[in-house]
Amino acid sequence: MSQQGYVATPPYSQSQPGIGLSPPHHGHYGDPSHATSLPGVMKSPGPLGVAAPGAMLPPLPPGPQQFGQNGAHASSAPGLPPHRFAGPAPVRSVASAYQPSAQPSYPSPMSTPPVVQLGGQLGAMQLDSHAAGYGPQMGAPASYPGGLPAGPARMAGPQPPKQLDPDAVPSPIQVIESDRAARGGQVYVTNTRGQVPPLVTTDCVVQDQGHASPRYIRCTTYCFPSSSDLAKQAQVPLAAVLQPFATPPADETPLYLVNHGENGPVRCNRCKAYMCPFMQFIEGGRRYQCGFCNCVNDVPAFYFQHLDHLGRRLDHYEKPELSLGSYEYVATLDYCRRSKPPSPPAFIFMINVSYSNIKSGLVKLICEELKTVLEWLPREGQEEPSAVRVGFITYHTVLHFFNVKSNLAQPQMMVVTDVGEVFVPLLDGFLVNYQESQSVIHNLLDQIPGMFADSSESEAVFAPVVQAGMEALKAADCPGKLFIFHSSLPTAEAPGKLKNRDDKRLLNTDKEKVLFQPQTSVYESLAKDCVAHGCSVTLFLFPSQYVDVASLGLVPLLTGGTLYKYSNFQMHVDSQQFLRDLRGDIEKKIGFDAIMRVRTSTGFRATDFFGGVFMNNTTDVEMAALDCDKAVTVEFKHDDRLSEDSGALIQCAVLYTTVGGQRRLRIHNLGLSCSSQLADLYKSCETDALVNFFAKSAFKAVLHQPVKVIREILVNQTAHMLACYRKNCASPSAASQLILPDSMKILPVYMNSLLKSCVLLSRPDTPTDERAFQRQLVMTMGVADSQLFFYPQLLPIHTLDVKSTALPAAVRCSESRLSEGGVFLLANGLNMFLWLGVSSPPELIQGIFNVPSLAHVNTDMTQLPAVGSPHSQQLRTVMGIIQRKRPYSMKLTIVKQREQPEAAFRQLLVEDRGLHGGSSYVDFLCCVHKEICQLLS
Amino acid sequence: MATYLEFIQQNEERDGVRFSWNVWPSSRLEATRMVVPLACLLTPLKERPDLPPVQYEPVLCSRPTCKAVLNPLCQVDYRAKLWACNFCFQRNQFPPAYAGISEVNQPAELMPQFSTIEYVIQRGAQSPLIFLYVVDTCLEEDDLQALKESLQMSLSLLPPDALVGLITFGRMVQVHELSCEGISKSYVFRGTKDLTAKQIQDMLGLSKPAMPVQQARPAQPQEHPFVSSRFLQPIQKIDMNLTDLLGELQRDPWPVTQGKRPLRSTGVALSIAVGLLEGTFPNTGARIMLFTGGPPTQGPGMVVGDELKIPIRSWHDIEKDNARFMKKATKHYEMLANRTAANGHCIDIYACALDQTGLLEMKCCTNLTGGHMVMGDSFNTSLFKQTFQRIFSKDFNGDFRMAFGATLEVKTSRELKIAGAIGPCVSLNVKGPCVSENELGVGGTSQWKICGLDPTSTLGIYFEVVNQHNAPIPQGGRGAIQFVTQYQHSSTQKRIRVTTIARNWADAQSQLRHIEAAFDQEAAAVLMARLGVFRAESEEGPDVLRWLDRQLIRLCQKFGQYNKEDPISFRLSDSFSLYPQFMFHLRRSPFLQVFNNSPDESSYYRHHFARQDLTQSLIMIQPILYSYSFHGPPEPVLLDSSSILADRILLMDTFFQIVIYLGETIAQWQKARYQDMPEYENFKHLLQAPLDDAQEILQARFPMPRYINTEHGGSQARFLLSKVNPSQTHNNLYAWGQETGAPILTDDVSLQVFMDHLKKLAVSSAC
Repeated sequence: MSQQGYVATPPYSQSQPGIGLSPPHHGHYGDPSHATSLPGVMKSPGPLGVAAPGAMLPPLPPGPQQFGQNGAHASSAPGLPPHRFAGPAPVRSVASAYQPSAQPSYPSPMSTPPVVQLGGQLGAMQLDSHAAGYGPQMGAPASYPGGLPAGPARMAGPQPPKQLDPDAVPSPIQVIESDRAARGGQVYVTNTRGQVPPLVTTDCVVQDQGHASPRYIRCTTYCFPSSSDLAKQAQVPLAAVLQPFATPPADETPLYLVNHGENGPVRCNRCKAYMCPFMQFIEGGRRYQCGFCNCVNDVPAFYFQHLDHLGRRLDHYEKPELSLGSYEYVATLDYCRRSKPPSPPAFIFMINVSYSNIKSGLVKLICEELKTVLEWLPREGQEEPSAVRVGFITYHTVLHFFNVKSNLAQPQMMVVTDVGEVFVPLLDGFLVNYQESQSVIHNLLDQIPGMFADSSESEAVFAPVVQAGMEALKAADCPGKLFIFHSSLPTAEAPGKLKNRDDKRLLNTDKEKVLFQPQTSVYESLAKDCVAHGCSVTLFLFPSQYVDVASLGLVPLLTGGTLYKYSNFQMHVDSQQFLRDLRGDIEKKIGFDAIMRVRTSTGFRATDFFGGVFMNNTTDVEMAALDCDKAVTVEFKHDDRLSEDSGALIQCAVLYTTVGGQRRLRIHNLGLSCSSQLADLYKSCETDALVNFFAKSAFKAVLHQPVKVIREILVNQTAHMLACYRKNCASPSAASQLILPDSMKILPVYMNSLLKSCVLLSRPDTPTDERAFQRQLVMTMGVADSQLFFYPQLLPIHTLDVKSTALPAAVRCSESRLSEGGVFLLANGLNMFLWLGVSSPPELIQGIFNVPSLAHVNTDMTQLPAVGSPHSQQLRTVMGIIQRKRPYSMKLTIVKQREQPEAAFRQLLVEDRGLHGGSSYVDFLCCVHKEICQLLS
Repeated sequence: MATYLEFIQQNEERDGVRFSWNVWPSSRLEATRMVVPLACLLTPLKERPDLPPVQYEPVLCSRPTCKAVLNPLCQVDYRAKLWACNFCFQRNQFPPAYAGISEVNQPAELMPQFSTIEYVIQRGAQSPLIFLYVVDTCLEEDDLQALKESLQMSLSLLPPDALVGLITFGRMVQVHELSCEGISKSYVFRGTKDLTAKQIQDMLGLSKPAMPVQQARPAQPQEHPFVSSRFLQPIQKIDMNLTDLLGELQRDPWPVTQGKRPLRSTGVALSIAVGLLEGTFPNTGARIMLFTGGPPTQGPGMVVGDELKIPIRSWHDIEKDNARFMKKATKHYEMLANRTAANGHCIDIYACALDQTGLLEMKCCTNLTGGHMVMGDSFNTSLFKQTFQRIFSKDFNGDFRMAFGATLEVKTSRELKIAGAIGPCVSLNVKGPCVSENELGVGGTSQWKICGLDPTSTLGIYFEVVNQHNAPIPQGGRGAIQFVTQYQHSSTQKRIRVTTIARNWADAQSQLRHIEAAFDQEAAAVLMARLGVFRAESEEGPDVLRWLDRQLIRLCQKFGQYNKEDPISFRLSDSFSLYPQFMFHLRRSPFLQVFNNSPDESSYYRHHFARQDLTQSLIMIQPILYSYSFHGPPEPVLLDSSSILADRILLMDTFFQIVIYLGETIAQWQKARYQDMPEYENFKHLLQAPLDDAQEILQARFPMPRYINTEHGGSQARFLLSKVNPSQTHNNLYAWGQETGAPILTDDVSLQVFMDHLKKLAVSSAC
């Protein structure tokens, strides 16, 4: 069981009957057999992590206390006082008394007792208000798990419904800003085990002193509970988001390369962990004890070094593998396929030349762009020119291979019509060095648009195209990457032929999951073959209608490629966005033919992997390619008790081939602390990583379970985590009080945003392809990207200081933060909106758009005009900064207040109630609070 | 008419026909007792510079089952404007155009000298000739270069409107599109996958079944040429393109590891070529020209695997049933050949390699379609280059010596029936009253298709006399046969050549001498040899030899003059005297003996034997030997070891080889360089004379023979020694005296021994 859920620990034995809660219920995502029974009327919190969580929660102590008695906490969890939030205030004055409305509602974390309390009890009245507030309106899709027990709801008092003051709830902006204020711009030294890094939104310089930078590994918590019981009790997921190829900023040192020549890396004999700072040298340096499995190994003769008086090797600081958390090894032939040094990778460009693409000018655009972009093929270090070879294929219902050998006067086209059994028609001259064959390639790219100008072929194949690329790489015996430019559902007669199966009637049924599953098994086996041959597939989709992203996208997902989608692509509007993506993708830092292995110290192990990965067994993560933007989220489970002394150690090793054709190992090491105190766990939690984990596991689960069930599970687990905290770590307080641990205080707003994502919220007007696309997108996201995706950045542009280069302070994603006289920029990593209030200052409009008034602003543009005014320059600089670190080029939409396109913009104001469903932040808090109360009662 | 020899020669020149018997036995029983069947060698398109074609259509007999063509043998009633068919005796009205005929104003087809006449048909669209090159790229660099040059050269020889196409193959098969500008485009096929014609046409985009239906009618005619023209283009349009394309052809780029043969997809390449023409130009004259430098090693039609350590099948393997790919491959090529023949196209095979190339399996492609088969060691030899050039040689009218898509129809008098044909043809399975139930060769039909033929293509056609034994000599005393050959002339005209011949009937019992005197032993030898070779394709070698021997003995018994049990008394008349000698050499020829020949060589020899005319065939059976000496002018000498003398130069022509052999003394003189000394200029002339004569033969011969210059004791002298009658061997050397020739180290029987045995058997009453 629990083969794929979040859940690894069998819950049966843990349940304690007689607590009064539901019978043990095991709501595993991956276990559809249970799924159907979940949404019962009975309060049956299908926990994500551990079944019957109620069993773990002892009965609440009687006598709820209300406010700020922090002494108890201070003793139990020194330095980390929890934040408490009372429920929505029945008495507004309470709230206002604590929170001056204009002020940020939070005291700085540094200030003593950082307790935020939402005054008043969350009594029956509030519950009622909550229920009345959105329950009936939202209808079924938005009603949160299990509903409310009938009892309390009926206790509705006579008072009119009241809303919780939005300013009174924890603000992500404030959390981000305060972390930035506290740690931004500083040097973060990774010399201590289990220290919580700055938030992803905080810029700081990381200095590697024995633990991997949080850019490479970021954990959901930096203090693991010492026993599995404790872990189950807390239900806080123990996971790490690995982004092994993350790009460090320019002011951080790139990874050191260790070369042991023919000896290869030094590894533990038992667990095969690589030499790292966690290895303890003993017996005068002749032996070392592995930090992961405790095996005592002999130090190889070539590696021997004496120890100093502290028991450290004399060359401790000379060897990166002894002193750093992250470094690279040069791999020996033993680490290569067939013990042969790998060839440098190849890029194959595969362009769909069916009628519509020719007609729209897309093919011409791609060909033109390739001529310049090929100059920027990735290279290794100072290597010149790039070792990456390139090849070209065009296709519609048949495939055209091109021979662009440098000694040819003109390219040669070879048509392969046997799409049923694709093969590579040529060997020599297909993959060429760009510099050598430049003139032939340019000749070809000039000719391609004209060559198919009179083609009337409207259908296309897809699987044979991937197959062809893979076969070509296989024939050339090198890893590589396919760039496929595709636009239609592959309906032509060939393997992988798809039919239009988009069916809105499936929404909100048990069969909805089918829409996320591939239509045929062809694509999965194709992807498997691709991975086996180190062939990564990056897919640029230009759909004008349903193309079945769920099927087509599986190949890029499983092969470590990227999926780009430009719906209803229009040349004049969208070409810049596409070209930026293409350039970015070609130039990206990338490793090929990768195998990742995550090793852990004894007591726990990696149990589940989320992301664009392919696994043949339970431990080796295979990826045809791994680039700087791809992250793999790993979940850990306890095997045994963890020792608080030795902590929990993680080593992530990625064996890969560089763009220059070298075989290397990239090692990241991270040490976490362990504690038997739940408070320590909660203190070290990292909300952004948690959300990343929740998103990936939920998005993985939609393949197997109805979204409704998944939403319920998410809410339940949120409630469980918080309830556990409240019960075990917080000082007793009134039941009506919502108490959140400091590290998780903005978890609810993120969770609510996740719940409102179009993947988890079925709406008939969201294209199925878009949902599949976003699902896939999130599966490979790193923490920084997922943070922005689930809590978009909203910047008031009208407050921009034209003299400063700093970004303006962001505001919360809520309509109430907008003002008619303002201009706001909103970005979530995929889209960017420039929102213009109806009474935006004309000088600002003039400055940005060079038009006299708002009415003159053309909302069709996707790029701001290059106006010389400081406003314009400043705004474009800001947009550049926002765009810079993002893997996807964001499409700019200009939105005028109260005009129709505003809906898409509003949808991203995640603190508000969704236009088509999904509760507001405040409502969600109420809901979670009620869940907690349920759990605790 | 002076002698039969002259008669025969005159007939051959006029009609291209040689009969084994020029007076026919009038009854079935007697005819079978003649041993050699009534048969003829027909050269349908024998070059007739003196015969201008007539520009109208033939007049046919109106009886639907007959449809014989009006000919000089028909009785004509000029007054009533009627003519009587001489085959079915139907009386026919002349067509209106013939209203003006009279005894003095006869149309050509009624004049006796026009027993062979050619009509030009003006009807029907003319389509250009099509040449589809199918080129192997798994060649050595210099071989490929030579082949490319030959192909480029051939482009200049083609008529400007001829359509050409190019398919190259190695591990993959590439069909080149010739109409594209700026970029060369080809369709590529996997060499291992057998494709149906339909699939090939789909994949090449040749079949657009839905399009013409939907489109308006007028668009339809334009559609078709457009589709097909992508791969087959008029040479004048793409001359430069194709020249460049051929120039850029590279060796097959796929690596061939040590100990492997290159992967060569000949089977699929041919299949695609056939499918391409089938889909675009069915029933239009087209040549598929396959150039291959090795055996097919993969896919359908593979002859040998790619492991070099496993050699290609030998006769030994075949006898042991150890040739594992042979049957399947043969089946593949037979299927292709039959399809090609059905479409009226022909396949040439130009195989140049030192080892075998699978001609055994592929032979049906040429044999059934009338294509050429050329075997050489390398494309970089004059043998190939000149042979290939000769394909495009032109006749006295400036037309190619090739014709396409011919059907040969044979009509006979009632007393005769058609037993079959042997030659480069396939049966059209047209049954009729004049078709015999006894088959000799390809029988059971009165019509054959000959997809490619040239002025020397010759078929053996076998007849059966069906007149009953006691029936009188048929009315008129003469039997008639009409050969109607419809074909596409190389000028793309449709033409019909009609040859009508008649021979006297004779009662074999009373007029045996007549019949005997009218025996054409040369034709008979070739016709019998063709039967023998035809049998050898399906039967074991020894069985065929036994059959030939038995026939020979029976013939001698029938026509020899002897006293019973007295071999000494045995005599044969002049008209039979050479026949046993032909048979002797035939028994030793590579057509029936496979020893020392590879299966490919046997196939190659048999291929040519089954299509060459009588003169050439006789040379093949019994090579010609000329002797040059100071004693007099060059003279033909016996093909006998006794002719090998030290002071002679010998020139042997076996059709496939031209051997110049210097006797021992001559060779020594040559080594001493006497020829360079002015005082021995006559020696220089003597050396030169055979060379000049050889050149003359080389000029005319197709395919180019292998030219061998050797001397006494040279290794290549084996070509001569294996052919001559071993009258002196190591067994009887001293009995014959040392000075009179060269002994041959063989256990083969000599002609003398053979004749002695023959006589003994002929006179014996035992058999």
